[in-house]
Parts: sequence; C-alpha cells; structure tokens
Amino acid sequence: MSNLIKLNNGVASLVEDDWALVQLPATQVEERKQAGKVVLFKLTGEATVTEAQIADTVIPATGKIILPLSVFIARNSEIKDRIAQGEIGVWLATHELLENLTQQQTDLNALPIIAIFVERFADGRIFSLGNLLRTRFGFKNELRAFGDVLRDQLYFLKRSGFTSYLVRADRSAQEAIASLGDFTKPYQGAVDEPRPVFKRYNRGV
Amino acid sequence: MYKYDEIDQQIVDERVAQYRDQTRRYLAGELSEDEFRPLRLQNGLYIQRQAPMLRIAVPYGMLSSAQLRKLGDISKKYDKGYGHFSTRQNLQLNWPKLEDVPEILADLATVEMHAIQTSGNCIRNITTDQFVGVAPDEVIDPRAIAEIMRQWSTFHPEFALLPRKFKIAVSGTKNDRALVQAHDIGMEFYRDSNNQVAIKVWVGGGLGRTPILGTVIREHLEWQHALTYCEAIIRVYNLHGRRDNIYKARIKILVKALGIDEFRKQVDAEWAHLKDTDNTITEAELARVAQHFDAMPYENVQAHDAGFDAAVASNPAFAAWVRRCVHPHKQAGYRAVTLSLKPHGQAPGDISSEQMWTVADLADEYSFGELRSSHEQNLILADVKLSDLFALWEKARANGLASPNIGLLTDIICCPGGDFCSLANAKSIPIAKAIQMQFDNLDYLHDIGEIELNISGCMNACGHHHVGHIGILGVDKDGSEWYQVSIGGKQGNDASLGTVIGPSFSADEMPGVVQKLIEVYIQERTPEERFIDTVRRLGVAPFKAHVYAKNEVAA
Repeated sequence: MSNLIKLNNGVASLVEDDWALVQLPATQVEERKQAGKVVLFKLTGEATVTEAQIADTVIPATGKIILPLSVFIARNSEIKDRIAQGEIGVWLATHELLENLTQQQTDLNALPIIAIFVERFADGRIFSLGNLLRTRFGFKNELRAFGDVLRDQLYFLKRSGFTSYLVRADRSAQEAIASLGDFTKPYQGAVDEPRPVFKRYNRGV
Repeated sequence: MYKYDEIDQQIVDERVAQYRDQTRRYLAGELSEDEFRPLRLQNGLYIQRQAPMLRIAVPYGMLSSAQLRKLGDISKKYDKGYGHFSTRQNLQLNWPKLEDVPEILADLATVEMHAIQTSGNCIRNITTDQFVGVAPDEVIDPRAIAEIMRQWSTFHPEFALLPRKFKIAVSGTKNDRALVQAHDIGMEFYRDSNNQVAIKVWVGGGLGRTPILGTVIREHLEWQHALTYCEAIIRVYNLHGRRDNIYKARIKILVKALGIDEFRKQVDAEWAHLKDTDNTITEAELARVAQHFDAMPYENVQAHDAGFDAAVASNPAFAAWVRRCVHPHKQAGYRAVTLSLKPHGQAPGDISSEQMWTVADLADEYSFGELRSSHEQNLILADVKLSDLFALWEKARANGLASPNIGLLTDIICCPGGDFCSLANAKSIPIAKAIQMQFDNLDYLHDIGEIELNISGCMNACGHHHVGHIGILGVDKDGSEWYQVSIGGKQGNDASLGTVIGPSFSADEMPGVVQKLIEVYIQERTPEERFIDTVRRLGVAPFKAHVYAKNEVAA
C-alpha cells in the first residue's frame, strides 16, 4: 500500500508513486561537519556531500527518477536528454540552497517534480523552501515532501505549496489525510491561498 | 477590546478539535514524546516538575471581565484555585492534568480565549504597554496592528516550526514600557514628518542566556507593511538561524554572526519580493479592527474631584496607594489603576480564583468591564473615574489587591522558578518572599523609592533579571542553589543590561545582600536620584565593596 498522498485540484488521495528516488551512497569517510563560521553560517552542523559520493551514485538508466541536487548539478551532462523527456526530478535537503538549483536549471518547470527531504519533522525550513519555489521561482509542477513527514505538519506543508506528501512509512497516510483540513479559513495569505482573510471575506466595518 | 467574529471563533474551535485529537493519539501511543512535544508546546502545555503547566494567551495583555471570570472558574475546576500572571502578560496554570487540557481549551474558547503559540518554536504572544490606549505619553495606540499581527501569526504556515521561539513587542509611547529592545522584533510606532503612522523596527534583542539589546533594522516602515516586513525578517531567520544548538538558535545570534548590515541586506532582498503582496494591510482592515479599540464612553467629568482630594488628605494609607498604584490618564477625571499581585510574602504574579472573580466584578463596576495584565505581573483597571478611586481602593484592599508597592522594591518581577519549572536551576519565589519580608516597612519602602528588582531561576531569564535595577539569577553549583546578583540593568528607552557584582550567594544571604545594596544607595544618593541613577553615576565598585566587605566566605 502506498504512503503517498497527492493533492489533485485540492482533493487529497493516496496514489501509487511512479517516481524512483535516487539516494547518495553512504560515505566511506567520516562525515564532515561544517564549522560554525559566519560565511558558512547556514551550513552549520550539516553534512557535506563528497565528490566520491556523487561519482558513486547509481543513476538508473531508464524510468522516472528523482536525483539528489548535487548529482543533478555535477552530472547534468549525463541526463540532459532525459530532462527534456520529463524523466528527471530533483530533491534537496532542507539546508541546501535553491539558488544552486536555479543556476543549473533556469527553467524549473522542465522538471515534473521537485522533492524536499526533511530529516526531522521539526525542521521548518521546508516551509520557506516550498514558499520560495512557488512564489519566487514560479515552480508549477509537483512539489513533494518526504522523510520525517507526519500528519500534524501536513496542513502547513499544503499551505506552503507542497502538493504531495510521502508520509513516514510507520504511519498511516490514510488517517493523515484528515489533517490537511484542520482549519477551514486561515487568517494569513500563503501559497495555496495568497489572500489574507480580510481580502477574502467581508468581515464588517 | 477585540471581539471575535465567526471566522475567529471557528479557528479557535477547530484548534480545540485538532488538539483533542492530538492528545488522544498521544495517549493511545500513536504519537511519540518527541512528536507530541511541539504540538503540546504550541498549545502552551509544558511538562513540569510536579504537573504540567498550561500557559493561556492574553493577547497584548487585554482581558474582559467575562474572560477573567472564566479563568477564575477554570483555575478552580481544573487547578488548585489559583493562577500565575507571567512576564509575557499570559496566565499560567500550574496544576492541570494533561488529559483535561482539551476540555480547558474548549472552556476557554467559549470566552474567545486560547493557548495557541504560547510556547514552542513559533511566533509567541505579542506584548505591549499595559497602559496602551490611555497613557498620556502615547502617540499611537498599537493595539489594532497588534491584533492584525496576532491573526497573521496564528498558524502562519511558513513559520510554524522556527529554529527557536520568536517574541514580538509593540509600543506607541514616548517612554517605552514594552521592552521593545529586548525582543526578537520590537516595533516602535510613531508619527513621521508627514504625520503618517510609521514604525521603527528593532531586531535581535532578547534576554535569556545571551542577553543582547536589539538593533534598529529599519528607522521608518509604513504601517501597511508591518506583516510583509516581518515575513522578510522571519524568513531569513527561518532559513539561516542555527538549528544545531538550542542555545545559539535565537535570531539575536544570527544577527550578531552576520552583522546588522549584512542581515539588513538579506532582509531587504526578501522584502523586495514581499512588499505590496497580498498580506499588505489595507485601510479597511485597519479601520475594522481599530473600532474595537475606540475610546471608552467616558463621562464628561472635572479634572479634579473634591471627594478624592479630601480622601487623600485625610487618609494616609489611601494616599500611599494613590501615589504608587494610580497612574495618569489621557482623559480628564480618569485614572489607570494597578492592582498589585505582589503582597508581601506571596509568589509575585499569583492570583486566586476568588481574586479573579473579584477583579472581574471591579472591572465591571469601575472600568467598563475590561482590564489588562502587565509584564510586571500585575493587573490594571485602565479607565477609573477619580470619584470612584476611594471605593475601589477599599474593595481592592479587602481582597489583598491594594499593596501600595508598585514600582517599589517589593514589586518584584519573578519567574515560577525551581518550585515549578523543570528548567530552573534554583528557586525564585522563596527569594522574592524573603526580600519582601525584609523590606516589609512601607515608610522605608517609599523612602527607597522607585526601583525594579527582577528574579530569574535560570539563565533563560523569564524574570528579566538582566534589565532589573537589581537582577538576581539562580545558578546551579555542584547541585546546590546559588544566586548571582547584578545591578544597573534597566528597561525603557535608555535600556541597559546589568553588571554582575561578584561571586554568588546562598538563598539565606540574599535579603542581606539586597539590604547592603540599598544602604550604599541611601548613603550616596543625591536628593533627586533613583537607585538606578546612583548606580549609573558611581558604577558597580562601591556597591560591590560594601556587599563583600565582611562576606568573603561566599562561594
């Protein structure tokens, strides 16, 4: 049974996943952590991807695949044709920079899917990333959250522009669907409904 | 004050249903401790030493009599018959049962209240001056914008899980009473050269483990942009604030690391995209919300009242109360009144259910059915006629609400401390009580004059010890409780952080230490100097010398 929830015209349902997620191989060297330098502030404490990992990543020869951002950039020449055929998506971790993606791929809408990996559910950077992809970079296709995706964050993910949610394997995606509708009339404008409540309703004088 | 419409009510009702289901799933084992924690925290529920603690939101400190009456009912029914007003103007219950919280939230919803975002890594309750709307030095009443910001920040999807808590204060007075420089974002409202409402925006202030006063990020922001500009600031913080170390996760650390110029550059780059987008506040929305904060239907009364003057002249106890607890008002013939929650020998900020009911009645009878809570942990009736003050005083006094100590040494700001809070290193309430008993002489208290003494049980600084004229911080040394003393902190426009005077003290020594600090002040002060002025003039040295003179044994 699939644990993938997908929004279709605002209606959520469980669907089979027709994308294969490509992971980086585990690194042989001890994981390097960026020091807390000011210039690298946003990377503090995040693992870095090694060149060996990128080179060793196995890219399936056929089918629809979602590649890690680092592989998508470094080995872009290998997948040019497949991007054109709509077979390639990209995934990013929450600490990675969207600018690195948009510099490589100026037309984001050539990608049928972008996925964001959230390692810990409490990492709210995913919401800003969704927002930026939709409002700043004009991405219109499927935007997916995967990783530590739990039902109590789905409402916020939906409002931040995510349209599919791969719920953590040990949880019921079927039950989680209900939480997408926790609130019916949100106050503030966000990605799914840009107008704040005071522009949607006449609340009197 | 603001009244809910159907949309506001629906959101709060849906929150109750959501949290009821989250609690059910937690109790059924479907949510782990780690998964439930942010959910309960964003409903104000902490797990404490003895029992959970529930923090109920009092938006920008405004309460109706009906709300306070309900809080009295709730603290009677679900708690031990009392509550505690916190330094964020909220009300805390110390003994609710986790299983009861959904019911408590449902009860709160019947009086347009909730516990949304009173804790957790999200935008917290927005605070302001307790004399908002009535203070003579007020230039702008910021409550309408504060309410618009409350709505905007409620379940803001992008900022639902920030690196750390995020506190916003607003102020519209000449003399800042809202600690805008000690907040993640401080918004100081003023009229610009075109007589338009504008905001000076401070960022990166905060107390806690690393006390820093905020920096001005923008001198002039038009009010329409309050939401989008905050979105730009918080987006930069959400993306780049540290998440690897809880003690380095506040926005102040990011601002310091990047420098204010680089931080401002990044915020401006975001705001270039956000400015004038849909969350820009409209004139119509401001007008809709502002009407809820229209001036009260004041009677046309004289600026002086003969009966009041006579009572002051003939009754020294009443006169003392008037001097400390009655404050000037915009409207002729009216005053704002502080009901002290600092009677000597009691936990500062605590109030019994019966007192809540009494205050609700007093608000109905004398102050248009509204009241406020202050970050100094007292209650305020903001609109009392001069001619009613004596009758109000008699009733307040009969209910233990008229200690004439506002602004004096025993008006102590104090966190719940080690008696309740699992974060605390040391108890704070017993220290407050001991100091109050040491100075339980009204004439002496009045002679010492205006002074602020703030106590925190740990470096998280809920008791704002850094900005106390005297600040006391509970520290843990090898498992025993010690107290570090600082002097020279101050809130307000000329805010400053206190300086530690030296090695820390045991609990028993604390009343004596405060006594010695006061002795130096009494000896050295010029006639017009307050304690803080003398400290600023002389520096820490003479105070330190006297306190430690015969006290070298202190660890």
